[in-house]
Amino acid sequence: MIKIANLSFSYNKETRVLSGINLEFDRRSTAIIGQNGAGKTTLVKLMKGLLKADEGKILIHEHDVSGKTAAQLARTIGLVFQNPNDQIFKRTVLDEVMFGPLNIKMDKQTAKEKAIEALKMVELDDKLEMNPHDLSLSEKKLLCIASVVAMDTDIIIFDEPTIAQDHGGKEKIRQIIQALKDKNKLVMTIIHDMDFVAENFERTIVFNDGQVLLDGETRDVFSQKELLKTACVEAPGITKLAERLGFKDTVLTVDEFINMKKTYSPPQ
Amino acid sequence: MKKIIVEGLKYKYPLADSLALNDVTFDIKQGEFIGIIGKNLAGKSTLCQALVGLVPHFYKGAYGGKVIVDGLEVKNHSIADLSLKVGMVFQNPFTQVTGSKTTVYEEIAFGLENIGIPRTEIIERIDSVLDLLNIEQVKDHNPFDLSGGQMQRMAIASIIAMKPDILVLDEPTSQLDPAGSEEVFQAIQSLSKQGITVILAEHKMEKIAQYCDRVLLLNNGKVVDFDTPGKIFSREDLEGYGLTAPVYTRVCKALGVKKAGTDEYPVTLEEAERVLRGDGA
Repeated sequence: MIKIANLSFSYNKETRVLSGINLEFDRRSTAIIGQNGAGKTTLVKLMKGLLKADEGKILIHEHDVSGKTAAQLARTIGLVFQNPNDQIFKRTVLDEVMFGPLNIKMDKQTAKEKAIEALKMVELDDKLEMNPHDLSLSEKKLLCIASVVAMDTDIIIFDEPTIAQDHGGKEKIRQIIQALKDKNKLVMTIIHDMDFVAENFERTIVFNDGQVLLDGETRDVFSQKELLKTACVEAPGITKLAERLGFKDTVLTVDEFINMKKTYSPPQ
Repeated sequence: MKKIIVEGLKYKYPLADSLALNDVTFDIKQGEFIGIIGKNLAGKSTLCQALVGLVPHFYKGAYGGKVIVDGLEVKNHSIADLSLKVGMVFQNPFTQVTGSKTTVYEEIAFGLENIGIPRTEIIERIDSVLDLLNIEQVKDHNPFDLSGGQMQRMAIASIIAMKPDILVLDEPTSQLDPAGSEEVFQAIQSLSKQGITVILAEHKMEKIAQYCDRVLLLNNGKVVDFDTPGKIFSREDLEGYGLTAPVYTRVCKALGVKKAGTDEYPVTLEEAERVLRGDGA
């Protein structure tokens, strides 16, 4: 769906943020992890056409991103910003969520339907007339997710969706990701919550210093202890516990741990 | 010595229909490291703001009961007076940035200038917090050019520089990567060891379990429990309050293994490892 070849980018002359990135994305749900400053957000802004690459190419559905405006790309690729205040414009929750769909020329009726459907998913459909700025931070994050989901793009990227979410909020995001996967969309997420990665994403890409350090099935990635350390990334808690106890296989969830524990006794 | 006393605190935001805090009572000793947990809208942020006086002085609304911070009753003292005793790091660092300063260095100086610290001491304090929060390399950047993580570090640095006796933090590491949050928690812990009283609202249960002396569990504006992490996270009804225990506690609960000689489940990686190896705890 997306093909990135030899991509490089820098904000100023001194420091290169991304260098020589080669990646291909299929429809597997993908987590992008790595330290602050590793280049994760920059990469997704390039895909979305918000920044222009110094070198290299990004192809989405075989079309070169550099030949398209951000407005044209908006029909194909949606991005939920890390800071909700960067993307809230309107005075009511409903208008806010309809803003994107109307901008990509969806008719008003469809836009409203999509908006309400998305607001139901994040359980804000009882607050349609509220001013978005009166919502709490966690609600604003969910509102922004709904705004992008309503645009019904093929590709959806979340930048740190679980910030400020409690257990219930994370559960809603988990269900949204699943619903998008079921609709055969490519879901990508930049995230620091490794437990959430382990439980929800098929593929994980580790960025370090502007380059791809690791890329593969989430389980394989979290078994590469030494490389993870290089990128200052920690495996999920349950994975660390299993490893300390000497389990042979990489464990990603509590259920896997319990199953494995039954067939295993620790070395004395 | 009791550093903070909260007695029968009730609070309702203007225009709200229900109480954000409903009959909250607890006290905190000097030097304690306290975690506040609860689902969203449980009242965590409101309680933090009540400790620094933003509730009720800034937000107004209906207020009852008493909050005494280091001997000062919040209701009867201005935010400015209280700010000399207690500092607060906001949940969203963007909200905290003054917008009137053009460099990180000046931004951190803002609070210090306001409380009349001499110039030489301001410089010393800024240098030391830049180092503590590891943001020396961005000291000449504009605060609004920082990444979320850097801005959060700056927000914490500007409060720590004011050397409050009591530090209130509302999800201070939400924008940071795991290594960064660990670093910040260690910095806060070192302040706590120097005798500073720390109150921290947080969703990262593993961090609460690892760093806090006691945990205040809030639900619908009420205190459900206030006890050690081991006791709080071993509660059977935790999920009913919209919370999940640390993954280490959940796995030990599922396997039915408690810490030897206690009625508590392990709450940290180290405790879980010991118990599951069968060494006791």
